[in-house]
Amino acid sequence: MIHVAKLSRREALKVLGASTGLVLGVAWPSADAAEPSAGADAGVLAPNLYLTVDTAGTVTLTVARSEMGQGIRTTFAMIMADELAASWPRVLIRQADGDPKYGDQDTDGSRSMRLFDKPLRIAAASARQMLVAAAAQAWRASIADCRAVDHEVIHMPTGRVLGFGQLAKAASALPIPNPDKLRLQDRSSWRYVGHMIPSVDLPGMVRGKTLYGADVTVPGLKFASIERCPVYGGKVKSFDSNAATEVRGVERVIEIPASPFPTGHLPLGGVAIIASNSWAATEGRRKLRIEWDLGPNVTHDSGAYKAELEATVRRPGRIIRSQGNFDAAFSGSAIKVTSEYYVPYQPHATMEPPSAVAIFEDGKLLILAPTQSPQGARLAVSQYLGLKDTDVTVRPTFLGNGFGRKAFHDFICEAAWLAKTLGGKIKLVWTREDDLCHGYYNPISVQRLDGGMDKNGAAIAWRHRVVFPSLNTTFKPDQSLPDASQYGQGVTDMPYAIPNLRCEVGLALPHVRLGAGRGGLSLEHAFAVCSFIDEMAAAAGKDPANFLYTAFAGPRKIDLKAIGVDYPNYGASIDDYPLDVGRLQNVLQFVMDRSGWGEPLLPRQGRGVAVHRSFLSYAAVVIVVTVAADGTISIPRVDLVIDCGQVVNPDRVRALMEDSVIYGLGFALYGGVTFRNGAVEQTNFDTYQLARADITPEMHIHIVPSLQPASGAGDPGVPVIAPALCNAIAAATGKRIRTLPIDTSLLKDDRPAPAPQPAAGPAGPGIPLTPAGSLPPKG
Amino acid sequence: MPALLINGKEHSIDADPNMPVLWAIRDIVGLTGTKYGCGIGACGACTIHLGGKAVRACRVTLAEAGGQEITTIEGLGENHPVQRAWEAHNVPACGFCQPGQIMQAAALLKQHPDPEDQDIVQAMSGNLCRCGTYQRIVAAIRTAAGAGPGAAR
Repeated sequence: MIHVAKLSRREALKVLGASTGLVLGVAWPSADAAEPSAGADAGVLAPNLYLTVDTAGTVTLTVARSEMGQGIRTTFAMIMADELAASWPRVLIRQADGDPKYGDQDTDGSRSMRLFDKPLRIAAASARQMLVAAAAQAWRASIADCRAVDHEVIHMPTGRVLGFGQLAKAASALPIPNPDKLRLQDRSSWRYVGHMIPSVDLPGMVRGKTLYGADVTVPGLKFASIERCPVYGGKVKSFDSNAATEVRGVERVIEIPASPFPTGHLPLGGVAIIASNSWAATEGRRKLRIEWDLGPNVTHDSGAYKAELEATVRRPGRIIRSQGNFDAAFSGSAIKVTSEYYVPYQPHATMEPPSAVAIFEDGKLLILAPTQSPQGARLAVSQYLGLKDTDVTVRPTFLGNGFGRKAFHDFICEAAWLAKTLGGKIKLVWTREDDLCHGYYNPISVQRLDGGMDKNGAAIAWRHRVVFPSLNTTFKPDQSLPDASQYGQGVTDMPYAIPNLRCEVGLALPHVRLGAGRGGLSLEHAFAVCSFIDEMAAAAGKDPANFLYTAFAGPRKIDLKAIGVDYPNYGASIDDYPLDVGRLQNVLQFVMDRSGWGEPLLPRQGRGVAVHRSFLSYAAVVIVVTVAADGTISIPRVDLVIDCGQVVNPDRVRALMEDSVIYGLGFALYGGVTFRNGAVEQTNFDTYQLARADITPEMHIHIVPSLQPASGAGDPGVPVIAPALCNAIAAATGKRIRTLPIDTSLLKDDRPAPAPQPAAGPAGPGIPLTPAGSLPPKG
Repeated sequence: MPALLINGKEHSIDADPNMPVLWAIRDIVGLTGTKYGCGIGACGACTIHLGGKAVRACRVTLAEAGGQEITTIEGLGENHPVQRAWEAHNVPACGFCQPGQIMQAAALLKQHPDPEDQDIVQAMSGNLCRCGTYQRIVAAIRTAAGAGPGAAR
């Protein structure tokens, strides 16, 4: 439940820095420490932590989720402005520091809309109702006759008007409405939600004024750069800093102790150079002579490790989902397919490398950093340095991407340690080499799939074995199997109606820091699952989209719990967010309609499809690929359909989907780092490639109109891209890519050009394909 | 000491002449719109204009830049046609690479007031965007190019 209480004026001023008017306090279910105290105060209307209305009529909205390109500051403001009936130009956005009173601030896992859509509406509706009540009181009128419209309250019978600013003080003295009795605005009154609204941060971004982590500038700042052991778990044995200290601008050299293993959110340790500018600090590093104790992970080698995972995946693993009798059905299958898929470690490679400013003064620490989790950072730093959490302030800057990397606090702890130890102001900047070599990598994995079909090509058997090191090993010394939240991203939630199936997980021991990246573990699991269903279709001689549609056998909802599967569903209620196969079929049908599925293509062109649910959203994509005779790939067109429930900010959802296509193509074509002797081999953007403008296809993004609860948008567009691309390549060349990144040298034309991909043709038995245009609008 | 002429203002920089001009701009002059992304000229986040041409500030030393006119995103003006086009297309997502993208685009249009799409893609392919805004960037450059004769200067 959501508790609404008024903040005392003193608290409100402290929290919001407001001058006068109404301040409301909403304590979210997860906010244990911050029950706002009741008590009437004159002045600012502050009905909760999320908004204030001052006597000048300025509405200040507090956004407590981090902004990293998803547009959350704009999106939250759209919700609140509509619910408050505020006028957009009179709304200010304020970024919250990390504090449990704001509830969940961990901006990770595509959850912001799911967690905050309703609470924000309630927060703003409370304020609106108080303003309306204040106006009714002033006019001695019935509340029913008063309505909030465009930053004013209007007395409908007489047309009298009072502005929000004029009402703020009186409203602040009124009781806070019971959230259960609030009337939310009718969607017909929304002026911002669902419309194209330019991002609030756009003007600063195009003029270079937006402050990211490394842009924070305060007088007396020193610049730090840290040489860390190339191998995870290694330690400094000894070092010689004589040459380093001779570099102009270098002021100090100091060893940061290695943290206990596994290091979790804490620093890896190393040798820090403190200098008068960033370049002097990195030049100083180049002159350091460090002898490392490299530790046991020095033997880690991607090639040998892959072979280990392959050996494991060919043996039975722990069963995590089982239905029917796979072994009997597979051995009795008329058509059998077996494939193994490999995905290497993925670094986050955020455009802005990790960076942080830490200021230690009078026993208190102020951190300004691009963090996805300011509360988590505050907790990590205060525990690491033995400070009271009330003596640590973490203030998020803008993030030049997050992708999960900036939900880890190692870089913030490094800066904080230096500031406290040296007693000053430190700006820590990671180099790109630091970023690629000392990341938290999305796990390397090998997957094996076995599929069986009857003589009619109907899928009757499915076995999916996954082997990858568990994300939990970054934090826990025990080296156990991945948990349900990990294989619940694309393995156990397999949506096809195949009567005999088994999912298994095998053990892989960790050698590097692991952390989910964009798309989560669906990145690799959807690559295997969405590729394999395409391989089964090919083996059965069927059109892949039709085969997929049949395999879904929807509309239906899958109740994994009823079949004994531990399925966390991304932490959401399965009642509110069921695994809805009907929505998978719907996005498939939608993308087939829009992409011209089945229309003829040129020789060595192919079309590939992939459909996947992740982060509670449903994505389908059709990619057209052209493979040149030398194996070079070009991508003329991509159609992506996303069903992420109700959409507040359609332009940002569209932008996230365009981004997902580019991100997914980069992953498929170039993604991944490899380790040799325990160290990363691709150390900068010369050897680690990202997608560039020249690979960008013509993108058509389609958002499914929906009234379903909002679900994820940042992640779920990504996992479908790589399998659809590889499926398209198979259609164009007959060659199946099962190892990422794609080795285009395997795609050279060494045979006569195949005929164009056949049109979808008549639907197979019992396959009800709806013609284009017949899709019922869901909105 | 090499002096730098940045956005029409002269700055005397007390630093090693081998220092890349990026760090003088960011850490010494304090103009932080120019971003560090890789340090090897492979991402374009630090793109500035040197003598009117787009260059990577991480690859030009103080010694090399001395005496030449430097323009950073802060010196492009508040209302350059490229900035307006970027706003019209809601281009930035996280925004980190966008100062570099905008400086690259402005230099392109100065040289090529009416570029073909392939010219745009070629000119912009040295600038990475991890938010994948490339489609919007190309569209915005088209808009900026169409903003009228001389609009992009």
